[in-house]
Amino acid sequence: MSRGPLDFSGYSGAGGYEGIRRIAAGKSPGDVLEDVKNSGLKGRGGAGFPTGLKWSFVPSGNDAPAQKYLVVNADEMEPGTFKDRLLMEGDPHLLIEGMIIAAYTIQASRAYIFLRGEYTVAAKALARALSEAENNGMLGKNIQGTGFDLDIILHTSAGRYICGEETALLNALEGKRGTPRAKPPFPQVSGLWGKPTIVNNVETLCNLPGILAHGVDWFKSLTLGQDHGTKLFGISGKVNKPGCWELPLGTTIREIIEVHGGGMRDGHTLRAFLPGGGSTDFMLPEYLDIPFDYDDVAKAGSRLATGTMILLDDKTCPVGMIGNLMHFFSHESCGWCTPCRDGLPWIDDIFRDLENGSGKAKDLGILHDHVEYLGPGRTFCALAPGAAAPLGSGLRIFKDEFDNHVRQGCAWKKH
Amino acid sequence: MARIEIDGKTCEVNPNNNLLQECLSQGIDLPYFCWHPCMGSVGACRQCAVKVFKDKDDTRGTLVMACMTQAAEGTLVSVDDKQAADFRAGVIESLMISHPHDCPVCEEGGECHLQDMTLMSGHNYRRHDKKKVTFRNQYLGPHIGHEMNRCIACYRCVRYYDDYAGGNDLVVQASHNHVYFGRHQEGVLESEFSGNLVEVCPTGVFTDKTFSKHYTRKWDLQTAPSVCNHCAVGCNTTPGERYGTLRRVVNRYHAEINGYFICDRGRFAYDLVNGDRRVASSHEKGTDGNQELTGDQGSVKLRDLARGNTLAIGSPRAGMEANFALMRLVGRENFYSGISDKEAALLNTVLDVYDDSGIHCPSIHEIEAADAIIILGEDVTNIAPRIALALRQSVRNRSLEMAADSKIPSWQDAAVRELAQREKSPLYILNGYATRLDDIAAACHIDHPDRLAEFAAALAGAVDPAAPAPSVMMTAEQQQLLECIASDLIAAKRPLVIAGVSNEHEALLGAATNLARALGKKRNSESAGPVNMCCLVPEANSLGLAMLLRGSVNTLSAACERMKQGGNAIVLENDLYRRMTPVQVDESLSALETLVAIDHVHTPTVSRANIVLASTAFSEQQAVYVNYEGRAQISYQVHESQFHARPAWRWAAPGMKPDALIRECAANVAGLEKLVQVLPDTTGLVSGMKIPRQPPRYSGRTAMNASRYVHEPKQATDDSSPLNFSMEGIPLQKDSRFQQFTWAPRWNSNQSISKFQDEIAGELKQGQPGVNLLSGGGSFAYAVLPEQSGLDAAESDAAFQVIQAFHIFGSEELSAMSENIQARMPGPYAAMAPVDAARLEIGFGDFVDLRSGSVAVQLPVSLREKIKPGTVVVYGAGNEINRYELAATAQLSLGERQSNGGHLDALIVSDARVAGTGRTNRP
Repeated sequence: MSRGPLDFSGYSGAGGYEGIRRIAAGKSPGDVLEDVKNSGLKGRGGAGFPTGLKWSFVPSGNDAPAQKYLVVNADEMEPGTFKDRLLMEGDPHLLIEGMIIAAYTIQASRAYIFLRGEYTVAAKALARALSEAENNGMLGKNIQGTGFDLDIILHTSAGRYICGEETALLNALEGKRGTPRAKPPFPQVSGLWGKPTIVNNVETLCNLPGILAHGVDWFKSLTLGQDHGTKLFGISGKVNKPGCWELPLGTTIREIIEVHGGGMRDGHTLRAFLPGGGSTDFMLPEYLDIPFDYDDVAKAGSRLATGTMILLDDKTCPVGMIGNLMHFFSHESCGWCTPCRDGLPWIDDIFRDLENGSGKAKDLGILHDHVEYLGPGRTFCALAPGAAAPLGSGLRIFKDEFDNHVRQGCAWKKH
Repeated sequence: MARIEIDGKTCEVNPNNNLLQECLSQGIDLPYFCWHPCMGSVGACRQCAVKVFKDKDDTRGTLVMACMTQAAEGTLVSVDDKQAADFRAGVIESLMISHPHDCPVCEEGGECHLQDMTLMSGHNYRRHDKKKVTFRNQYLGPHIGHEMNRCIACYRCVRYYDDYAGGNDLVVQASHNHVYFGRHQEGVLESEFSGNLVEVCPTGVFTDKTFSKHYTRKWDLQTAPSVCNHCAVGCNTTPGERYGTLRRVVNRYHAEINGYFICDRGRFAYDLVNGDRRVASSHEKGTDGNQELTGDQGSVKLRDLARGNTLAIGSPRAGMEANFALMRLVGRENFYSGISDKEAALLNTVLDVYDDSGIHCPSIHEIEAADAIIILGEDVTNIAPRIALALRQSVRNRSLEMAADSKIPSWQDAAVRELAQREKSPLYILNGYATRLDDIAAACHIDHPDRLAEFAAALAGAVDPAAPAPSVMMTAEQQQLLECIASDLIAAKRPLVIAGVSNEHEALLGAATNLARALGKKRNSESAGPVNMCCLVPEANSLGLAMLLRGSVNTLSAACERMKQGGNAIVLENDLYRRMTPVQVDESLSALETLVAIDHVHTPTVSRANIVLASTAFSEQQAVYVNYEGRAQISYQVHESQFHARPAWRWAAPGMKPDALIRECAANVAGLEKLVQVLPDTTGLVSGMKIPRQPPRYSGRTAMNASRYVHEPKQATDDSSPLNFSMEGIPLQKDSRFQQFTWAPRWNSNQSISKFQDEIAGELKQGQPGVNLLSGGGSFAYAVLPEQSGLDAAESDAAFQVIQAFHIFGSEELSAMSENIQARMPGPYAAMAPVDAARLEIGFGDFVDLRSGSVAVQLPVSLREKIKPGTVVVYGAGNEINRYELAATAQLSLGERQSNGGHLDALIVSDARVAGTGRTNRP
């Protein structure tokens, strides 16, 4: 980050809060909803659900509950992911403006930012920006004469990965244990404190000011692929310039790695990569030329998810990499449902044994069993299926490595 | 009804239920852990996975959790599907990863849902060879054992304890495979319903500690269908005996009454039967010591006495047989009530109001359906605990309505609770002090019963201007509350008024009945059906005794007057020192020539008797009790008495069988005609064979006495019931009247009850045991309210108005003699408002001198937020302070006795200055 966060005047001066001015000029909540629907904006948190469609499930009209909530999921804890952090540390007013637009659309008079506890720099930036926004009439009562009221409350999380799951987040926000809720009912119907609630990712909301200020067509024109708009893409791994960049959706993976990431470091060859964070399937270099957007990545057998890649090179043990992820997911299981609570620690134990050379052939069978056992629909939420993605694809792609680990432990350790 | 297809078989199901419940209702073995019929679904354990198919062409199907899937019309389900079965096997393998191999020494072994489900799901060999997770166990008090290593994290314990029973000191902590179910720190589980954890836990994490002390396998227990005798609710129980001692009591399902749960008093007080408080022999006291009496001699003595000037005093804790046998022996004119005159009069009021056709006394199942409730002057948790647990479900009706509006199925437990948040059906509590239900009340009004009576009368007047309502000065706040309560009760579909006789307060009960009548009249005009009114009565057969003596002038004071003239008296299972002042008892008993006490426990009255006849305890005899709603139920004998005791009815009517007594009672006592219906129709017995009390696997029958003598004694015979003290015979497993325990192939735990219900959580097959004796159909008339006594005394500085307190552990006579219960009993205390205490410079735990009437005692003081200044709440701990000696007011002053702070440790109230136990109150 080359500069500190823009303050209110800096942000406004750069064209910020134009979206709010459009609303003040007479855009109704229905108009904004139509714009967002037409823009084709998809959620940037990982699941890629169309934002406008999600909002349209919130009850509106006279029969709707008076209290509704907007909650920002800023609990960015996906392994390899640091995109929301950049937005909040660098441009907190962008998020605030996005929140005002979203809250206005669903007519929520209170909004929460559920911020990852370790993001202390972002917390400071957001706290300052919130107070500036309030002092400049962007928050509080009757914002810019629209008759719309909004309070935003910044909540810093006590820190669990599972709290990034939107319903676990809501429980944590209510002061309860951070365990996910059954869906249905979805938060749009019964969310925070039982009231209709929209939970959106930071990056998703940061797209809104642009859509309002420059229009749907402009937003649609930004892309190179199927999905509209831009996306923050990131790389961690052995490239020359690891980092995070805003690029059109549909940019090829090769361009992101070779141009923006500066290519692999000398002596390192790309072996495989997790395209969208720790809970996506491994992809092989043969897919480097596909456009990086939701559908194309899905066709290649993985998920765009957060769009922040983790690269595996030829100098790193793939079993160790997966074991590291399994250790993380195992520790972060909330303990609610059986396959995740008791399955992941078993997997974690097996990886430790494989590493130490005390792994057995039957352990690989148990790992294979768990890929299906932890799959989608088996568990209460998406944590375990997320863990099963790198495990399942890894077992397939790195079969020889696993077999070697059973025979002799981790050969990489001797390097 | 909807039609769904389960593995190709078409079934009629309730579309409002989930697939798991409906599969179980169809008798299909589908394993589960986290779901419970009373607690709905949360989808945590994943054990009940099944496949559903979109249509007949769908061959792949989707794996779903049956508990989280609606049994919607046309659903195609497969339980047997290979993928679903494999997944279920995977789940049980996960659950068993850290489960210890301690089944042989685990109290749950042999009746363990986890054992059953493990076998059912097909997990035989352990693949897991890593380190197990282990935990540290906690001390949870004298009743509940804790062995966390056995935990499979089904979350049932906290969902029961916190969500269902309203507890707040058992929580889930930590995460991933370290989730821990316990208290934040070691200590007694505070809920009055903690014992149900033993039955809710699918394995041996929470166990009955009192049972563990003299543990016996389920199949080695001799059991019979029994009825709890520690309050008037009449929960159905199964006591179990081995080697002559009663080992435990567990819940026996009754759809209308206790359902799946009982209270801790009813579960743990059983040790009284084995204890040293028992009357061990029958004897006549002479100048040269006691003369033992054989059974026949005792009966002859009674018969001879009955021919002379002899009266008999009945008992609200003895069954109908015993009371009637004694009445029959001495003649109706010589049979007297054994309870205070005030209580007897109030019980008649209760019977009158139940007769009113506009009023219906609800079963617990019906109480759970109430949608607006007012409690007038009763501490429900401490008087009829099981009803308090039901009221916690009643207030949830609002959330179920909200869920229906939002199209969330009622069984989606977590979702319904989340949606409703703190929205509840209105519950109003009007009492002299805060009760343990205050946390779910819409409003509590704390005042002296005299004032509450006025408030209730005004409330009746607000519902129906024709109801007698004295003009009362009310604050604006009280007036607002009154209007609020009145409108909620009027608007409700199923309003419920709860009152009772605990305070022996005529005006309060009268006003409460008038409120119910006013509501009933209003509902009648709208054809809305009768109003529910539930009157709490104190003892297991209080209402039965009242019905036996209905219309009689033979009050206890009349008995005293007669005893003072001399003659003889036979007192049936009754400690008269609990019924009136010691002076009154002594004056009456001293004048007697002969006092006969028939009892199974030593009481002050027994110690005064010239002739003591040892009777049997509840598990050693057959008895019919009439519960608070007028429902008569038979409690069967479980085992033979180890004392030289015989049932009280046998002392009084030797040679008569209990059913003959019941028949005669029904034929001869007006109003008890229906009593005869309680007797079992035994025509269903297979080939006339009796029903065994011992299960087929009962072990060691011929060897169990071999350590004492080698001869195999003849098995005892039971000539008074269809049951047998034996393994022989043919169990009527599908007949709820004789179903003392449940067992079904593959189902060894109490969860097997679902095999015997018409539908899950519904009626038992063959109908419900028990018959309601009350006919209703009486006429409507408002009660005339008595004049209120003046309250001037309270206005002087040092005088406090006295309000009596009750405790689940201690207030009931028999359970208070149980060592298990004594381990949790608070001693006598006085509780007062902090402002009063400050004025008198009294601190928490200090002793005060309390003078009231003829009582002068030193009591430790608890400070409670919700006590009206100017009143003192006195808890007499059963016999320690005689309630009839206390006057309406008391003088209090700081006493000299030094406190060590421990006297209030066992006191658990919801409004102590610091929440929690008494001890935490200390500054």
